[in-house]
Amino acid sequence: MSRIEEIFKNRSKKALLMPYTTGGYPTMHNCRHILDAFIKGGADMIEMGVPFSDPLADGPVVQASTQEALEQGVTPDDVLQLASEFSGRIPVVLMVYYNCVYAYGQDRFIEAAAKAGVDGLIVPDLPVDEGGEFIEACRSRGVDPILLVAPTSPDERIELIARSASGFIYCVSVAGVTGARTSLSDQLPDFLARVRARTKAPLAVGFGVSTPEHAAEVAKHADGVIIGSRLINLVSDAPDIDSACRAVQNLLSSVNKVLV
Amino acid sequence: MTIPARFGPYGGRYVPETVIPALDELTAAYERLKGDHGFQAELELLLTDFIGRPTPLYFAGRLTEKLGGPRIYLKREDLCHTGAHKINNTVGQLLLAVEMGKKRIIAETGAGQHGVATATAAALFGIPCAIYMGVKDIARQELNVVRMKLLGAEVVPVSSGSQTLKDAMNDAIRDWVTNVENTYYVIGSVAGPAPYPALVRDFQSVIGREAHRQVLEVEGKLPAELVACVGGGSNAMGLFAAFLDDDVPMTGVEAAGEGLDTGKHGASIERGHRGVLHGSMSYVLQDAYGQILEAHSISAGLDYPGVGPEHSWLHDEGRVRYDSVTDAEALAAFTMLSETEGIIPALESSHAIAWVTKHAGDYGKDDAVIINLSGRGDKDVHQAARALGIME
Repeated sequence: MSRIEEIFKNRSKKALLMPYTTGGYPTMHNCRHILDAFIKGGADMIEMGVPFSDPLADGPVVQASTQEALEQGVTPDDVLQLASEFSGRIPVVLMVYYNCVYAYGQDRFIEAAAKAGVDGLIVPDLPVDEGGEFIEACRSRGVDPILLVAPTSPDERIELIARSASGFIYCVSVAGVTGARTSLSDQLPDFLARVRARTKAPLAVGFGVSTPEHAAEVAKHADGVIIGSRLINLVSDAPDIDSACRAVQNLLSSVNKVLV
Repeated sequence: MTIPARFGPYGGRYVPETVIPALDELTAAYERLKGDHGFQAELELLLTDFIGRPTPLYFAGRLTEKLGGPRIYLKREDLCHTGAHKINNTVGQLLLAVEMGKKRIIAETGAGQHGVATATAAALFGIPCAIYMGVKDIARQELNVVRMKLLGAEVVPVSSGSQTLKDAMNDAIRDWVTNVENTYYVIGSVAGPAPYPALVRDFQSVIGREAHRQVLEVEGKLPAELVACVGGGSNAMGLFAAFLDDDVPMTGVEAAGEGLDTGKHGASIERGHRGVLHGSMSYVLQDAYGQILEAHSISAGLDYPGVGPEHSWLHDEGRVRYDSVTDAEALAAFTMLSETEGIIPALESSHAIAWVTKHAGDYGKDDAVIINLSGRGDKDVHQAARALGIME
């Protein structure tokens, strides 16, 4: 059993808290402080994005953070370095666009991720149909290939994805890109029930989850809660890194309260 | 009929899961309608009466004389309604969208030609339409922005990244991911996830089918060369497709911009590497870490760091030669064709003309060379005038 599967299985919380940030944002140095704040705020797993020039699954907030990281010269190697610094303390998954994996060399990238202690890889633009070799290569190196399902996925595709998934299944809460939203979709419970009926893998929900209320609602139907854009907003709005870390830790603590 | 998803290793569907079901739906609809007589008859009627097809294969006598090389023919796509070949594809895709019951149209545009063509087709069918366009392109293609607005489209400015076609396409894809249930995405080139590269090629292939028939009529033989500019590559695929099974040499001309070694160009095949951009595997301008580089060209329509996957395959197979010409060479051809033939070409098409002027000596006087004159140059006159010093 992988470390990701273990923490889902052995959890005492209703759902795991899985915060996201862009690797190397706001700077390499301060990203470490943010990740520390994630852990202090009660994170069970960290999701970190590899900055990419054309993040077409991301909304404006994550786009701006990746743009800033890229302008500072942050590379996939830098993000792997951050992962290696934290993977001893907490499970780490990376969200990485396929061209970054491909340019690095698929096998070489997965190898480097495994070496950095990365537990799982999420490739938002590599649907299961294109991901055969990638999924196999991840498995052979002990890295969980995390696949996404969307509310638009018909039952047959959910079954197809469930057969290839390991670690957890990333359920996209709404048709759309990443970004904080004021409310969750009414159809979320039905969608998650549809996925649940077709897999034994844990389900984590992301895209648009931004408040303790959202998290409480998600925890009724899923095993993990992913919060990203809202956290990046807190960092970008803060006057300095200390207040950014406080704001991040406060939000995560208040979300964590509804999950225990 | 099965629609190819790959061209050798190129193509595929590298997009978020959310839109995969929509691509399946589009593939199924197109497979059904491609062989449907009613659909084809409706398309045929629009090509004739709305677009004004067939377009002439015009013998450019003065240009032929001036270059002293082969007999040069211009496939006059500039005479299509809206002034470029883009309309062939948008009318076809709008017919598909209507058949599929979609209620909203989106598209990306670079030079604005595809945006205008999409807005035109959307107006023809009475469907609301939003066009994504980089703010840099909005500034240099003002005429087309006004045209789109007159046609009732919403022009959505895109200020992320390089603020050109690449980023307009990112935002169009983001819109599609969000509104996929009711929205049809009209991709303007032979790019994007499958089935778009094959679908757009098919709708554009009317160019080559006509040219094939026309050149045999006037010359009694096949041409010695087909030449077309390549940004994403839809006008080139449209001309080439009907000749792929013949023994006809073809050249795709990419934008060398300020020079291939300046880093400011749009030559994805010549200077790019295999990678994934906008949903398909192809040659892409990128750095060692896979970050997409900004392209550059004097022509907004060639200012794109990728190329259609079928072109990458035709390149690797050695079936089509790919070469490039600079901004300056394209500009000189722009002026020359205007003065010699009384035709102001689009700056995109001027790249193809420039290539022929450079290589005219390689052909015999009895050879026929067909240049795809993919669009007219009205949209480019301000840009060209500034570059030529005709006005401030």
